[in-house]
Amino acid sequence: MIGQSPLRTFIAHAVLILGILIVAFPIYYTFVASTHTLQTILRPPLPLLPGGQLWNNYGEALFGGIGRIGGVSVGTLLLNTTIMALGVAAGKIFISILSAYAIVFFRFPLRMTFFWLIFITLMLPVEVRILPTYKVMVDLGMIDTYAGLIIPLIASATATLLFRQFFMTIPGELVEAARVDGAGPWRFFFDILLPLSRTNIAALFVILFIYGWTQYLWPLLVTNSNDMNTIVIALRKMVSFADADTEWHLVMVTAMLAIVPPILVVVLMQRWFVRGLVESEK
Amino acid sequence: MAPQLAITLVFFYWPAGQALYQSMLRQDPFGLRTKFVWFANFRKVLADPAYLNSIQVTVVFSLATAIVAMGVALLLAVMAEKAVRGKGLYRTLLIWPYAVAPAIAGMLWLFLFNPSIGSLAYLLRSLGIAWDPLLNGTHAMILLVSAAAWKQISYNFLFFVAGLQAVPKTLIEAAAMDGAGETKRFWTIVFPLLAPTTFFLLVVNTVYALFDTFGIVHAVTGGGPGKATETLVYKVYNDGFVNLILGDSAAQSVILMAIVIALTAIQFRYVERKVHYG
Repeated sequence: MIGQSPLRTFIAHAVLILGILIVAFPIYYTFVASTHTLQTILRPPLPLLPGGQLWNNYGEALFGGIGRIGGVSVGTLLLNTTIMALGVAAGKIFISILSAYAIVFFRFPLRMTFFWLIFITLMLPVEVRILPTYKVMVDLGMIDTYAGLIIPLIASATATLLFRQFFMTIPGELVEAARVDGAGPWRFFFDILLPLSRTNIAALFVILFIYGWTQYLWPLLVTNSNDMNTIVIALRKMVSFADADTEWHLVMVTAMLAIVPPILVVVLMQRWFVRGLVESEK
Repeated sequence: MAPQLAITLVFFYWPAGQALYQSMLRQDPFGLRTKFVWFANFRKVLADPAYLNSIQVTVVFSLATAIVAMGVALLLAVMAEKAVRGKGLYRTLLIWPYAVAPAIAGMLWLFLFNPSIGSLAYLLRSLGIAWDPLLNGTHAMILLVSAAAWKQISYNFLFFVAGLQAVPKTLIEAAAMDGAGETKRFWTIVFPLLAPTTFFLLVVNTVYALFDTFGIVHAVTGGGPGKATETLVYKVYNDGFVNLILGDSAAQSVILMAIVIALTAIQFRYVERKVHYG
């Protein structure tokens, strides 16, 4: 190993700390703002240290005075978002593990055609086909439902590809051995394939949970009534820079509540997260 | 297999087909008559100065975001490689913006830089800079780029760290023995070896800037002031859902699809060379 001068090591640490400050500052400042009174926020500059309104603000946002987000409590919003994130993650993993299983281990007519049909979807995010997809949702009566929030986001190929890639690395001998021991296709799937893919599933779950949680455009379109909003959308509706009506201290509390759950997921499941991210994209 | 196929057909191919079909229709303002006009919508969209402006905005925005996000991330990753102690901690502290929704990221930055209450805007003003992202298009763009890049740094950081770890230490040591200084080692050995990662990230970041940043644009500027920050995706949304010019919006969707397919094709040509199935 090459030796390093202490000075260079010092510079490295300094740059990293500076980077972390930049990266963390907006979030930290949001937290600070969420602990001050509205009056303090409206008179910049805001102090750098948290104020004394922590319990008041959070209490007010969570339990009282929430006629502001269209009469919907923060709890409902968080619940909606959680359902959506979990639904997207679970649904996507479910359908894609099944398809990957079928594509890799079974030979049936048009197999490759189906594979390409799914594969092409990889290229087109929801954003490019919003209007027609919206029309389909209206036709199917899925506006303002959880199904409408979740299902269109499931229709994408990333997870399928990842599972396919993983299944292809499973040696043929293992499949043979299972067959010799008399395991049917379902038995093989549940007793061998699922346990083997546990880490992949965990990794994907984290990624997809974040993906579901941070969706913006789709929930914005599909939910009309306020009590189906996700917290990100509701937050957007609370903020108005034009008039002085915005209750910034409550907005900041809501923002914290919207940010913290996914951050917790990422930090606590960091190992899976990093793995899933680096692998699913390569 | 069947469930995914069904969902894909209903929520993907059906809408995509409709987009294609609709992009060739023209409706009168009251939706009473519809006429099949072949490619007239495309011609109209492509000749529209507002659309050309939007393309320009998108290119500037995407490039700036990709360059800023990747530059900062690369710097941090190289530094993290050097700082042996505390690497895990640094990584943990650097990855969390990934979990922040783009729209919220945008709002946080707007909160910091809002001319009337933002603390950093206050700081800028006291430095004598007439900062106003709500009126000045360039300022609005800078704000958007910062917010978008900020959110993407953690992602790029993780990939650069992974890429750096794959660079063989023997090469670096050999160069060091030949007397190459640290800067020289980086530019002549490490950086070229990182090229695949860099290229991959460039594509991913461009796609990110093109699509995932809708939330940022919508939450922060709403395409304004004027049309200074109206990106392509925002324009599709605006024309389709706000102005209800369905034919134009569909034509724009189709153009966007073409762009994404081209980008993905580039990416996969590269990926296919690297991926080996066991």
